[in-house]
Amino acid sequence: MIEYALTHFNYWAVVVIMMTGLYIVISHTNLIKKIAGLNIFQTAVFLMYISMGVVKGGSAPIIAEGFTVYSNPLPQVLMLTAIVVGVATTAMAFAIIVRIKEEYDSVEEDELFTLDEQVAGDAEEW
Amino acid sequence: MAIDPVINFMLLVFLVVMAFTILRLSGMLAMTIIFGLYSLLMAGLFMVMDAPDVAFTEAAVGSGVSTVLMLVTLSLTKTRHERHTRKIQWRPLLVVLLTGAALIYGIHDIANMGDTDAPAQQHVADRYISSGQQETGVPNLVTAVLASYRGFDTLGEVVVIFTAGIGIMLLLGRPCKKGRVEDDQTP
Repeated sequence: MIEYALTHFNYWAVVVIMMTGLYIVISHTNLIKKIAGLNIFQTAVFLMYISMGVVKGGSAPIIAEGFTVYSNPLPQVLMLTAIVVGVATTAMAFAIIVRIKEEYDSVEEDELFTLDEQVAGDAEEW
Repeated sequence: MAIDPVINFMLLVFLVVMAFTILRLSGMLAMTIIFGLYSLLMAGLFMVMDAPDVAFTEAAVGSGVSTVLMLVTLSLTKTRHERHTRKIQWRPLLVVLLTGAALIYGIHDIANMGDTDAPAQQHVADRYISSGQQETGVPNLVTAVLASYRGFDTLGEVVVIFTAGIGIMLLLGRPCKKGRVEDDQTP
């Protein structure tokens, strides 16, 4: 039982962190906070992959004398790519938020919806 | 270097605490700083889990660039606080709890962490480790896989970054605002 808990604790933490991120994304109205939540969700995925690549008694996957067991390099490569792509999409999201602020003068989602509805209502009146 | 369960455990607990702090803080500047700290802790955790390359990248990109981008956005949008005080919202909480329960149920079946017989260690990993250095001439297997075996993957990554760069330039790098363009056209 203790061994089960020890070998699965990482994944439980991943679930808790991931769900915290998801909660931030769906419950908060501030767009910047939403992006922060999305980033937390993303890092939880990184953590899960890296946990999968760990090998008991292994070392970092850099070939050197005196080491025979290495952890799995493949999940690490995939996550390296994912981190960089993640920051690119984050930067894109922030750029969109800055533009939204310029056009609507707000970064709160509910206010954006209200403004959109006003515009739609005005269009109908015409 | 075996993974030290105590350090691992402590870092994970800190991470969860940081995530909850980010959830609860309504001051955006404090939230951003805690977010940088969260990424740094994550980088430390990657280091403990024998993934130095990922740890470097997370420390530089996750806690460095992301935090700076967030600070720039905060200053450009002049956001100090979230506008609404946070109460517990039951419907999102229900969704999150259900999803979490499903994930915990799924994780029950996952191979033990560090298990050498786990499916994740079976297929190409052996090949990379046994002949990666001979085939690519690079002792760092992560670099070997990134730049050689999965080079097209990295090309795709560069395309994504390029696209994001173009998108940001189009969104923010406009020479002047809508109204002023029309003004310029009328002599």
